Amino acid sequence: KMATLAVRQSPVGGFSFENCKRNAVLEGEANKVGYSLPAARKTGTTICGVVFKDGVILGADTRATEGMIVADKNCSKIHYISPNIYCCGAGTAADTEMTTQIISSNLELHALSTGRVPRVATANRMLKQMLFRYQGYIGAALVLGGVDCNGPHLYSIYPHGSTDKLPYVTMGSGSLAAMAVFEDRYKPDMEEEDAKRLVRDAIAAGIFNDLGSGSNIDLCVITKGKLDYIRPHDEANKKGVRTGDYKYKRGTTSVLTKSVTALNLEVVEETVLTMDTS
Amino acid sequence: MLQETGTEWLSQEVKTGTTIIAVEFDGGVVLGSDSRVSAGASVVNRVMNKLSPLHDKIYCALSGSAADAQTIAEVVHYQLDVHSIEIDEDPQVRSAATLVRNISYKYKEELSAHLIVAGWDRRDGGQVFATLSGLLTRQPFAVGGSGSSHVYGFVDAEFRGGMSKEECQQFVVNTLSLAINRDGSSGGVAYIVSIDEHGTEEKVVLGNDLPTFFDQ
Repeated sequence: KMATLAVRQSPVGGFSFENCKRNAVLEGEANKVGYSLPAARKTGTTICGVVFKDGVILGADTRATEGMIVADKNCSKIHYISPNIYCCGAGTAADTEMTTQIISSNLELHALSTGRVPRVATANRMLKQMLFRYQGYIGAALVLGGVDCNGPHLYSIYPHGSTDKLPYVTMGSGSLAAMAVFEDRYKPDMEEEDAKRLVRDAIAAGIFNDLGSGSNIDLCVITKGKLDYIRPHDEANKKGVRTGDYKYKRGTTSVLTKSVTALNLEVVEETVLTMDTS
Repeated sequence: MLQETGTEWLSQEVKTGTTIIAVEFDGGVVLGSDSRVSAGASVVNRVMNKLSPLHDKIYCALSGSAADAQTIAEVVHYQLDVHSIEIDEDPQVRSAATLVRNISYKYKEELSAHLIVAGWDRRDGGQVFATLSGLLTRQPFAVGGSGSSHVYGFVDAEFRGGMSKEECQQFVVNTLSLAINRDGSSGGVAYIVSIDEHGTEEKVVLGNDLPTFFDQ
């Protein structure tokens, strides 16, 4: 009997509320002892993608926020799906991370089963069907891009499960700023350097005009033969070096007298606890 | 002024806003739609083709929630594919409409999408079916989406039976243009699909080529 690739579990219909019950129990227990559960970390974000002459370019900022506080100044928002397909994620950080990992794993099994290089449309279908099944409760808004046997493709995928196939897309809280740049300067069949500059400028617009986006600009250039994961492409917000120093030189305040009193301490007891390093 | 969360876009569902229309003529149908997809106040896709193929000569027009409408269309596309292999011939438009209606009715509390199904088959020629809320009714023409309420008067007054294909296409384009003008959730370009026994023809009418009326 031939071995079957049966590791993938076929999806059961409907939304499973098991974890919601568990979360409610945990929250109740935590509230009893006076703690509150941590809020989900959102990636605020500006992400975008563009199709150019030889492939696609994905771009993302690197700020992760927890409410109004920056939780991570340099998080990676461009996730691996397959060697020829990458996915930017906006929304709830955990949701984008886990969703892309699940689909990446399933896609690898699928590619082994078909014996072919995975297609972007396949990844799109898997992602949208999963997100639709969870009716928007998985807060993952994705920009999926890659190159396969049918050329370069770019999709935007929304938390409720709708997708759009377009030559340029933006997502996240900074999407309006980035889209303004694209609508002004996008042209079909751009050269790689022009396209990289366009994506960089679109993300920069999000970083500087949106509070939820910031820090550096990551790029991912996917073409038929080559993959360039450029992290960071542009350190747009490098921490500056202070020009002044608040330390006062010795002698600024004159010393009148100086006296030293030794503290004579007696060792009363000494115990040594060995650490078990086996 | 600081926005409290800045993540309204996450929870706002993506809707197709929309104006959709399908008209029957002797020998086929003409479907039309605008191209605007909105999430709250933001347009997320200004060129979406809401006329989705269910089979070679059967199309459906999407409106309402983008995710729900896209999913219904893709599921029915798959089911029709299987069905047409099973019966070993092209499926009837009524079959496609019934499949859409079955999903719309069974999940009517959970879904918020309205699909108009239209096409041509050998048995009954051109047909237009409305599937709103899970009913199934054949009509000479059907309009749907948020923009449709602005043009009910126009379509009721201007529609005549026995129009030719070209007259139907003009009627569809005029209706879309008026609705796009008045409805904030409709806009972009107009997609027109004409289906008859000879084949399917897809056309795009760009924004500035749409017909203008007295106030433009």
